[in-house]
Amino acid sequence: MGPLSVNEIISENTNLFLAFLIGIGFGFVLEQSGFSSSRKLAGVFYGYDAVVLKVFFTAAITAMLGLLFFSLFGWIDLNLVYVNPTYLTSAIIGGIIMGAGFIIGGYCPGTSFCGASIGKIDALVFIGGLFIGVLIFGLGYNMWEGMYLAKFLGSPKVSETLGLTDGVFACILIVVALAMFWVAEWAEQKFPREQY
Amino acid sequence: METQKTKYLNPYIGGVLLGLVLLAANFVSGRGLGASGAIKSTIVSAVTTVAPAASEKSGFVKEFRESHQGNPMKTWLVFEMLGVIVGGFLSGAIAGRLKLKVEHSPKITSKKRIFLALIGGILFGFGSQLGRGCTSGSALSGMAVLSLGGFITMMAIFGTAYALAYFFRKNWI
Repeated sequence: MGPLSVNEIISENTNLFLAFLIGIGFGFVLEQSGFSSSRKLAGVFYGYDAVVLKVFFTAAITAMLGLLFFSLFGWIDLNLVYVNPTYLTSAIIGGIIMGAGFIIGGYCPGTSFCGASIGKIDALVFIGGLFIGVLIFGLGYNMWEGMYLAKFLGSPKVSETLGLTDGVFACILIVVALAMFWVAEWAEQKFPREQY
Repeated sequence: METQKTKYLNPYIGGVLLGLVLLAANFVSGRGLGASGAIKSTIVSAVTTVAPAASEKSGFVKEFRESHQGNPMKTWLVFEMLGVIVGGFLSGAIAGRLKLKVEHSPKITSKKRIFLALIGGILFGFGSQLGRGCTSGSALSGMAVLSLGGFITMMAIFGTAYALAYFFRKNWI
C-alpha cells in the first residue's frame, strides 16, 4: 500500500497537498512543544530544559517503530522508503558546522520557521542567515564538491552496519533513549531555571 | 495584564505526535520531513531566475536538477514548510504566544542576539547543504529509517553543540 505517492495511489498534486497538511502538523507540534523558543531549545545544552532531547528521541523512536510495524503488517514497503545516503566526510563536517550554528544561533532550520511564525524576530534573522549560508554553499560549490562527495558508503542502515536486525537495534535504541530521558530529568532538577 | 506563562505540551506526548507526523510523511511520500530542502529550492529558483546563464554552469544547480524535475518551488518540502509556518502560527495563536519580539538572555542585548542569530543561521544553512539535510531531514528523518548517515549527522550536531556550549554560555544562561 504505502508509500502512497511512490506507488502512485495518489496523484502528484494530492501528494503536495498532503505535504502542506503534514507541514501544518509538524509546525503545530513543534510550537506546542516549545520549539519556537531559542532559549528553551538551548536549554538542552545546559541541562535546564531538555525538551529537545525528549521530543527528538521520542519522535525518532515513534516513527521508527511505526515504520517497522507498518512493514510487518504489509502496510508499507520499506524498500520504497528513502534511506538517507551516507557520505561519511560531509555527514561529520556538515554536522559539526550545524552544531556550531545551533549553539550560536539557538535554532535549527525547522524550529526557526516555527519561531518566526509566532513573531520571533531573532528567528526571522536566523532564517535570513540560512538563505545566505545555502547561497554561499551554492556559489562556492566547486570548492567543496570533493569533500561533499567523499567517502560515499551507499545507503546503509545503522542496524546492518552493526550486524543486527532492525528489531534488535530498535530495542537497543529505546533502552538508550530511556537512559537519556532519566539523565535529562535529573539534569532539569539539578540545574533549574525559573524563567527564560 | 496577563503575565501567566502559557504552558507547553508534555514533551513525551509532543514527541509521540511528532513521530506520528514523521510516520505520516513516510507513508504518504516515502520520505521523511525536512526544512533546509525548502530553502535550497528557493535559492535554486532565485538563482536560475536572476542569472539563468551562470546557473546552468553551477554544480549546485545541476546536482539539484538531477533529483528534482520541473519547477524547483513545486516540491514536497516547499509545501511542507509552508504548512509549518501555518501550523506554528495556529499553535501560537491558540496558546496566546503571538508576539513580535527578540528573545534573548537578559545578559546580552537584542543587537547581539540578532547578530548571533544571523551567524548561527549562516553556519546552519551552509552545514545543512554539506550534510545533505538539517536536524529534520538528516538527523530526525534519517534516524527513523535507521540511516547510518542520519545517526552520524545527529551525533555530530549535538556533540559539537555540547562541546561548544561552555564557550557560548553567557548568551543563554
